[in-house]
Amino acid sequence: MASPDVPPRWTHLYKVLTKSGPFSDEDWVPGPETITSLESSKILVIGAGGLGCEILKNLALSGFKDIHVIDMDTIDISNLNRQFLFRQADIGKPKAEVAAAFVERRVKGVKITPFVGKIQDKDEDYYMQFKIIVCGLDSIEARRWINSTLVGMVDFEDPESLKPLIDGGTEGFKGQARVILPSLSSCIECQLDMHAPRPAVPLCTIATIPRQPQHCIEWAHQIAWQEQRKDDSFDSDDLEHIGWVYSAALERAKQFQIPGITFQMTQGVVKNIIPAIASTNAVIAAATTSEALKIATSCNPYLENYMMYAGEEGVYTYTFEAEKKPDCPVCGNLARKLTVDPNMTLEVFIETLGERPEAQLKKPSMRTEEKTLYQRFPPQLEEQTRHNLKLKLKELIEDGQEIAVSDPAYTIDFRFRLSFQ
Amino acid sequence: MTEAFPRALVGPSSKERRYDRQLRLWAASGQQSLEDSRVLLVNSDGSWGKQNTGVSGVVGVETLKNLVLPGIGGFTIVDPAVVTEPDLGVNFFLEEASLGKSRAEETCRLLRELNPDVEGTFQTKPIAELLRDPEFLPQHKLILVSGPVKRSSLVALRKSAKSLGIPVLYARSVGFYSIFSLQLADVFPIVETHPDPESTQDLRLLNPWPELAAVGASISNLESLDDHQHGHVPYILLLLHYLEQWKEAHDGNVPSNYKEKSEFREMVRSSARTSNPEGGEENYDEAVAAVLKSLNPFSLRSSIREIFEMEECTRLNSGSADFWVIAAAVREFYQRHNVLPLPGSLPDMKAQSADYVSLQNIYKSKARKDIEEVTEIVRRIEVQLGTRVVEVADKDIEVFCKNAAHIKVIRGRDIPQVAGDAHSLKTLRNHLSNDESSIPIFLAFEILDDIVTDIQDGKRPEAALDDETVWESGIERMVGALTSDDPSAVDDDARERIRKAARELRRTQGGELHNISALTGGLVAQEALKVITRQYGPLDNTCIFDGVRSGSEMYKL
Repeated sequence: MASPDVPPRWTHLYKVLTKSGPFSDEDWVPGPETITSLESSKILVIGAGGLGCEILKNLALSGFKDIHVIDMDTIDISNLNRQFLFRQADIGKPKAEVAAAFVERRVKGVKITPFVGKIQDKDEDYYMQFKIIVCGLDSIEARRWINSTLVGMVDFEDPESLKPLIDGGTEGFKGQARVILPSLSSCIECQLDMHAPRPAVPLCTIATIPRQPQHCIEWAHQIAWQEQRKDDSFDSDDLEHIGWVYSAALERAKQFQIPGITFQMTQGVVKNIIPAIASTNAVIAAATTSEALKIATSCNPYLENYMMYAGEEGVYTYTFEAEKKPDCPVCGNLARKLTVDPNMTLEVFIETLGERPEAQLKKPSMRTEEKTLYQRFPPQLEEQTRHNLKLKLKELIEDGQEIAVSDPAYTIDFRFRLSFQ
Repeated sequence: MTEAFPRALVGPSSKERRYDRQLRLWAASGQQSLEDSRVLLVNSDGSWGKQNTGVSGVVGVETLKNLVLPGIGGFTIVDPAVVTEPDLGVNFFLEEASLGKSRAEETCRLLRELNPDVEGTFQTKPIAELLRDPEFLPQHKLILVSGPVKRSSLVALRKSAKSLGIPVLYARSVGFYSIFSLQLADVFPIVETHPDPESTQDLRLLNPWPELAAVGASISNLESLDDHQHGHVPYILLLLHYLEQWKEAHDGNVPSNYKEKSEFREMVRSSARTSNPEGGEENYDEAVAAVLKSLNPFSLRSSIREIFEMEECTRLNSGSADFWVIAAAVREFYQRHNVLPLPGSLPDMKAQSADYVSLQNIYKSKARKDIEEVTEIVRRIEVQLGTRVVEVADKDIEVFCKNAAHIKVIRGRDIPQVAGDAHSLKTLRNHLSNDESSIPIFLAFEILDDIVTDIQDGKRPEAALDDETVWESGIERMVGALTSDDPSAVDDDARERIRKAARELRRTQGGELHNISALTGGLVAQEALKVITRQYGPLDNTCIFDGVRSGSEMYKL
């Protein structure tokens, strides 16, 4: 029975916060303390898109009162099929602001603070103020950045410095939710190879022997644009630009007798569009916020640590504990082993780092303990190290040697031990 | 060829832009089915004791949200409840000003805001009353029910729906648990199952048709090709070529077991040129990688064989659905040729553009020829069956042929009950003995439904929702039903697991938690979309989500 001082609005939620269940921890003390701790938990939501809109709504209706949200994007018409806090009239406005205002208006008593910008604009002091961070992002790069930042913030003398990171991601009917306790449990970087990028089409195929409509589109986007419109910087949101690529691709396809190019496909290839629907977002977003509620209140045990979901064929979930890897470049202390062909040039090796599931570094610079192998910035250093690109790996390093790789997208160095094939 | 290359640049319409991210999953045909459908949401069914309605119906509203956004044609919300304070703490589609107003009307209004293309109406009368109008249910293509609901209402609803062939999704979300079941029509066929492209490859390398065999024979001069040409022979042709060599040395037989295939693979591998600057050839690598996967004789999958043997397929009548007419024609095609119609798709592979395109055309023309043959059979069957009103559409025959190896037929089952049929009983018992099973959650929900029914019928007070003795006797009744002919079917451990699930479920006294209802609304909407578009594979037939353990299980009950 609800006690008289329970606000009627939160009747249902407060029942799980004021009464223990058969699976809640034996030491847990339900009651006002738990409720206060929930209401005073400052929580950050990264992303106000498909997942973010749902996450904000869910947190507000889970009793969180002080929510912050970061997103750099503005609203596009293609968001409206799932980002339910946005309307036709909002197109062009910043997502974080519109989403925050909507949920604040709808749910009485919740404060949502938007920030329109990049997560990289904020420093450790900013992230330190939150109790939990929930990510609803479509970029692996941004996830890796926040992950390494949070791992870097952990000070074992200060338990408050450990910020649980709850991450969600979707693609079509599939998705995953995971809970990361930075430095204690498997992190985004430990799990990097579970989310391998799609292999890129080799440049020679695009340039000389296209076979698929996608190859013609890549040609128009990567080669024809450079040749014919290099003074315009390509904008994938500009329909005129996409239209031009579409026409150029059609021409090329005609020349090679390749059927099947459509405008929709052109957009998909050029913008690397991932299909997205409201229902999958709802599942994954709610999975992350359910964990946030459990972590903030201890009313039930939280996910340890990964739930994958696939909805094409019935409803399938698989919940398991991903392993913390001792050779994780972010939370481990050993260098990660990469098997390489000693006859490969440094240039090719650098290219493969972008695609190798366990590295996924697009603009790497690298050095051994003794010397710099290749350094992109500043230009003088680039010039000094450029000649190394043509050298074979075996001419630069020894079998089993460790290299440190940096990439402008990340604040940390990645350590790899190169083992010759 | 010209029509494949539109001259004019046609950009997407604003609707295509709005729905772009989902059209990539279910295409214009799926979108059309969605826009042609109206769904009914029965979001509560009267009061529980003094509560104006016990069910908050968040799972129902969240499900509808996920159908309104992608552009369902229309919806009807049936909900006799009036908005209360607790509703505002769980339901996002209500606002301060909604207090005291009709919940059906308010949720309908705020859901409609999500998509101006969707039409929405509401009813404040209870469903039992609305069912008296025979015109009411048939307007809808799908029925969603938020439980727990009075047994009599649920039974009436699912029976009417069944007789009309309308699918029903019955969802319940209470505390950290949720459960939903899908009741489909007796026979529910799906053609566009969207299998993984890897599993749909059908290259016919062991039994090439004459045109394919001929192009395979065209590279007999392989040795004389220069390095560039040699490195660009499509791997399909390489395999056909080396298969011929193998057959010559093996009395005309193809490599048939693992050992022979491994030998054959070695033969291909060792034929690659390694003296070039790359030290190998990509097309040979592709050929080597394809040996074990692609060199299998055609065999009909057992699920397709079962469909061919179904009575609907073997005994057509003038009322048979188009699906069965085409299925019967494809069966006849299979009986003639021992293969299904060729899907006609070709994976990408290292090759010169022109060589690839001409190989692709060989596959495509064969697929077209197969479709023509199936179409002829369909037309002949139509004549034999006589008075069919509309002839089977060419497009449907084509789509069927392309997907023939992956079609699916689900035999719809009723919304499950403990005292249901022998199959349910057996399944429940089997799973109950597994300590990881979520079946105790199903049983706890069934007990809750009984208690709610008693409260609604005035047989118990509202306090029964969290009354130890009421729940204990409910558990006893469930166990009794499961053990009526076999007392050993439920042991003490299983009983304890049911008790624990019941205690967790009791925690909120029937109340919903927003997260769990939002998650479940996502899952239920996903199933609704698959049923309405007739694409992908719908649930058969019950899913339980456990928010304590963060995972779900599927059961056929």
